[in-house]
Amino acid sequence: MLRRTFLGLLGAAGASVALPVSATAGGKKFGPHPDTKGVLFDATRCIGCRKCELACNEVNELPAPDMPFDDLTVLETRRRTDEKTYTVVNKYQGKTGPVFRKSQCNHCLEPACASACFVKAFKKEPNGAVTYDASVCVGCRYCMVACPFSIPAYEYDEPLTPRVMKCTMCAPRLAEGKLPGCVEKCPKEALTFGPRAELIKIARERINTYPERYVDHVYGEHEMGGTSWMYISGEPFSEIGLREDLGTQSAPELTAGALAAVPIVVGLWPVLLGGIYAVTQRNAKIANDERVAAVKDALKRAGEKAEQKLHEELGKAEQNSQRRIEVEVKKAVEEALAPKAEDAETNEEES
Amino acid sequence: MSVDTTMAEKRSLFTPFNIIAGIILIAGLIVTVMRFTVGLGAVTNLDQNNPWGIWIGFDLMCGVALAAGGYTTSAACYVFGLKKFHSGVRPAILTAFLGYALVVFALHYDVGRPWRLPYPIFVQQGTTSLLFEVGLCVFLYLTVLFIEFTPALFEWLGMKKIRNVVVKLTLALTIFGVVLSTLHQSSLGALFTIVPSKLHPLWYSQYLPVFFFVSSICAGLSMVIFEGTLSHKPMHHLMDEEYLSNHDGLVLGFAKAASLVLFGYFSIKLIGLAYDNNWHYLTTGYGAWYLVEMLGFVALPSFLYAIGVRDKNITLIKWAAGLTVLGIVVNRFNISMIAFNYQLPSAERYFPSWGEITISLFVVTIGVLVFRFITTRMPIFYVHPDYKDEH
Repeated sequence: MLRRTFLGLLGAAGASVALPVSATAGGKKFGPHPDTKGVLFDATRCIGCRKCELACNEVNELPAPDMPFDDLTVLETRRRTDEKTYTVVNKYQGKTGPVFRKSQCNHCLEPACASACFVKAFKKEPNGAVTYDASVCVGCRYCMVACPFSIPAYEYDEPLTPRVMKCTMCAPRLAEGKLPGCVEKCPKEALTFGPRAELIKIARERINTYPERYVDHVYGEHEMGGTSWMYISGEPFSEIGLREDLGTQSAPELTAGALAAVPIVVGLWPVLLGGIYAVTQRNAKIANDERVAAVKDALKRAGEKAEQKLHEELGKAEQNSQRRIEVEVKKAVEEALAPKAEDAETNEEES
Repeated sequence: MSVDTTMAEKRSLFTPFNIIAGIILIAGLIVTVMRFTVGLGAVTNLDQNNPWGIWIGFDLMCGVALAAGGYTTSAACYVFGLKKFHSGVRPAILTAFLGYALVVFALHYDVGRPWRLPYPIFVQQGTTSLLFEVGLCVFLYLTVLFIEFTPALFEWLGMKKIRNVVVKLTLALTIFGVVLSTLHQSSLGALFTIVPSKLHPLWYSQYLPVFFFVSSICAGLSMVIFEGTLSHKPMHHLMDEEYLSNHDGLVLGFAKAASLVLFGYFSIKLIGLAYDNNWHYLTTGYGAWYLVEMLGFVALPSFLYAIGVRDKNITLIKWAAGLTVLGIVVNRFNISMIAFNYQLPSAERYFPSWGEITISLFVVTIGVLVFRFITTRMPIFYVHPDYKDEH
């Protein structure tokens, strides 16, 4: 019976191991999405005019900034995106002068935020935009932890209805056939919108045409599994605030191993623990049986021993009494014979 | 028992413990009001770069790890058949249940819209997220722990029939509990497998789930010893002959196991270090801190436990347990805060605010008070008179 249950459990575990692994593996759809749109940023063209910031602010109806957008002194301090700013331009020191780099959500092909969100509030749209749905967001901020580019921002001052805020690639405008606000406004064509595959071609073309002007790398082509927003630059990317140590593995690839372990544990543990339980129960039963048997045996042996001893004692006692009787008899005989011997002696003397 | 309670009633309410607890509760309530009227920004030092602070790093990460005594003790007793640990099961289950309940309670402060906490389970499931796994497991395991705790409740209320039904489910619940614990103890570590670029290489590893699971066993075993030490004095009058006579045996048994598991943990951490070839980081500042963690809070307690077991030195074992518990806190702090965002300039690093510390103390205090409330009323440290002859 026990063995049959055990085998049954084993079979069930095998099935559960086989099924959900492929189910989670189904979530791993790596590789480029052919229709995905994107934006190419060319750092050699950007002049740090902040027009893109202004456009973004207007298009997304964000609150007015502390300093007006035509005030370029803000470029002196390093800034990041926050809940009121979807995009910022920062100034870096290049080899021949200042270099500017725009920063915003990179709209990863396999977004870490979407992969990390436990209510699926983030979604990679077919047009390339990674969008956010505040109506299901719990506000756990795991997306912010997970994003390798540290882009999502949170409304910390909203006590009850905080949202995660980030660039939407102007998804509503894209739906209307318009360009993203920043791309439309850029006076220097530092931003190019188009199908991602096209953008990579354009980027390569520029690099090949002016190899002395560009670093031979399209940032975002492979980083973190690839992003919709890509960069080319004359300065090493780490000099303009883009990390070059992110690797090419996408977020889902990074967590695939841990997720794949779930069905294994669910399938294997009950079997293992059930088996251990069965073994300990069996051991306990055997130990108990052995104890009972040992006690019985001991009792039996003790009984036998006692009987034997009794027998011996009885025998001894009998012997003893026999001997005593013999002694007594001997004594009595001797006593009885003693007067006769005396008589005989006296008779001898007399005669 | 009745004598004790009347004595407690007569005693003044203003004991040092009660006064400190009262102050913490009042401060906690003030911060609570601020959190839900002005927002997280007003009471925490969290920012756009540091979305998780001590409410996650301590209340959740450490809370869950230190509640691991529940599954380790019940597995030892019911699955591995170590019946002599039976008297340790109820305190451990109660501690675990309260630990998880407080984790969920503390989360209400941290997440933006706490009433949506059931969303990931009931509204829209983000199954690719390791946080989904954490959430689902915590939800299920909290339920399991509650059911495992109910026999004490039903005995107290005198509901014999339902109590006996629940007791029959013990083995199934225990196995289910171990499965769920394995999953979400490890998934807490797995949460960080998504950020190789943000977590310092000495702490980042693809083995993070395994590290978290194995260290949770150390935490569970040590926490049972540590918590037994803490409750021994104030709860002594509630502990029955069986609990007290088994206590030292339980401590020795758990210490032996903890020594071995800590040694195993040390070994797999070493394997992780070698696998990622991170040796060269050991000479950096973070390397020094890593060595403090590994030698001072893993190797040392493992060694102390071993000596304690050999010499049957209960005092040394208790110190080793305290050191291990502290070590778990250090480890979870390292991963969620200290080695996290290591690449940021120091001015942008996180340090908890008074509001955050207050809420964390508030949560712990509530835990202690509820633990005291339950243990002084329900059969936790003693066997209920109606069930003396069982097991």
